[in-house]
Amino acid sequence: MSDAPLGRRAVLNLLGRWQTWAGFGVAAVLLFAVAPAVLSDFRLSLLGKFLCFAIVAVGIGLAWGRGGMLVLGQGVFFGLGGYMMGMHLKIADARLSKQPVPDFMQIAGVRKLPAYWEPFASPAFTLLAIVVVPTAIAAALGLGVFKRRVKGAYFAILSQALAAALAILLVGQTSVGGSNGLNNFRTFFGFALKDPANKRMLYFIAAAVLLIVVAVVRQLMYSRYGELLVAVRDGEERVRFLGYDPANTKVVAYTVAAFFASIAGALFAPIVGFMAPSQVGILPSIVFLIGVAIGGRTTLLGPVLGAIGVAWAQTLFSERFPSEWTYAQGLLFIVVVGFFPAGLAGLGALFKQVRRRAKAVPPPEPEPAAVADTDPDAEKVGAQS
Amino acid sequence: MTTEVEPVSGGNVGMGTEYLEVRRLTVDFDGFKAVSDVDLTLFQGDLRFLIGPNGAGKTTVIDAITGLVPATGSVNKSGVELLGKKVHQIARRGVGRTFQTASVFEQLTVVQNLDIAAGAGRSPWTLLRRRRGMLPAIEDALDTIGLTELAEKPAGVLAHGQKQWLEIGMLLVQNADVLLLDEPVAGMSHEEREETGNLLRRIGGERTVVVVEHDMDFMRAFATSVTVLARGQVIAEGSVAEVQANPKVQEVYLGTAAAGAEGIPDELIEESS
Repeated sequence: MSDAPLGRRAVLNLLGRWQTWAGFGVAAVLLFAVAPAVLSDFRLSLLGKFLCFAIVAVGIGLAWGRGGMLVLGQGVFFGLGGYMMGMHLKIADARLSKQPVPDFMQIAGVRKLPAYWEPFASPAFTLLAIVVVPTAIAAALGLGVFKRRVKGAYFAILSQALAAALAILLVGQTSVGGSNGLNNFRTFFGFALKDPANKRMLYFIAAAVLLIVVAVVRQLMYSRYGELLVAVRDGEERVRFLGYDPANTKVVAYTVAAFFASIAGALFAPIVGFMAPSQVGILPSIVFLIGVAIGGRTTLLGPVLGAIGVAWAQTLFSERFPSEWTYAQGLLFIVVVGFFPAGLAGLGALFKQVRRRAKAVPPPEPEPAAVADTDPDAEKVGAQS
Repeated sequence: MTTEVEPVSGGNVGMGTEYLEVRRLTVDFDGFKAVSDVDLTLFQGDLRFLIGPNGAGKTTVIDAITGLVPATGSVNKSGVELLGKKVHQIARRGVGRTFQTASVFEQLTVVQNLDIAAGAGRSPWTLLRRRRGMLPAIEDALDTIGLTELAEKPAGVLAHGQKQWLEIGMLLVQNADVLLLDEPVAGMSHEEREETGNLLRRIGGERTVVVVEHDMDFMRAFATSVTVLARGQVIAEGSVAEVQANPKVQEVYLGTAAAGAEGIPDELIEESS
């Protein structure tokens, strides 16, 4: 009896795997061949920036869509990665022009590199710090918060406050450029950023990182951990009674999301050419979320496409209607979160369901009960006593 | 699952049995003693019913044993003190529970639900890989709870009774040997109750099962021993017949019947007097 279903499952598995590879293949062709061929250098660089946002979005999709943690402060980790990369680039530029300190410090009359800048002269240290610092902070913060069972709106407010605090702190720090932040990068690990070929290389790096990040989250989503994460999202208390500490489960997703945001920030700085408090605070943190919500936060590709789409629309429309776009974006966010919690991806699933139902109407057969389209944010705790 | 061991009052193992010993358990909600000085001794192979009028503290006893509410006294499971441990630590010691409202993970399939229940001790490496195939324990549990056919369905589409069975199945694969079930047959049809009762007898043979229940018919049909709680205290304990004959129990149920409780207590009193 076990033979037939097993065979079918193997076929389905194979098909699924083939589809996955095909999907990654198509994405790779689009990103590495089609986009560079049809887009101007300027547009390609712009797409590179969107890809950075998409990398952040993939992490948010994991933490928020799958883990139920409304991460309203990813700007913190984006900023940490971006600033650390920016500091290294500034030092490298200064060393190239035989100056003891970066240009903006000279103008401010600073003659000696601040002590905390020193280690960032080393490329290896910088890259390591971009990985280690945000993940360590996220892990420590996550443990502190989730072990105390802070969740829902309280967690969202906390993470948002953090973003605001970091932005305010940075504005006041003249040693990292104050409200101007770090800008005017000339080289990236020895490559002149003026050269279009090098700009293209940066775009390729961003594209490659995005593909890797999507692959990592895909593995996480379909692993046992991914199933557990959904269980924690939908019934944190219940999971506790099965012998798990849900705080640990959540910390992992939160930390991964922070790590991705940091990498994205570190790529954003050289691609866009600056890193400033305006990329760190509340507003950018919310904008990260909008794309994820619109694309469909519980899916793998929804956040990616949503983030790229929203960023693209923003560039397109804000050139023509700068003030209206902000309202449109806000409205879109409210409509999606309020009425389509599953985002555009959910709309697709809805269409499929409607079509299937329409097909199923002529021969009236027992309705296959639809999967409850519940809001993943809704707390379903059976443990209310 | 080969030899059917029937649950009996006082346990069916004898010396070397697994046990749960509750002593002077007290739960104090800001001065209100929801549970005071409750003693319970449960042996492996006993199907104990915990009954009592509304507000007697039945669920609170379970909450205290499982670490959900802070309590004083002692809860000793085969030599290990449970009070003071965290919820998930107690669960890992083999104490499992269900809730009045079934709380399965509705977006996950039946198998995924069971797989999560079976996996509290998994290493990070195992967690990061995909679930492949089905653990034998899960296959057994599916068979026991009769959900094999629905294994790949999302738990959200299950009927009410099936969700409760899935919860019991989750306790089985969780490897819990103390099962605390909070009104498992509430809202079930007659047939479902019958099936649940038989299921409890099947799994109760090798474990310690405590069932909080309002349904007296169900209790009479399946309990091997009964503890009656009222106002947070144990007022009677023994076999179904002993408890029914106990004047204190009759008084408690008469009191609530007069206050307008369901018809069940009347029935209890008629039969025992």
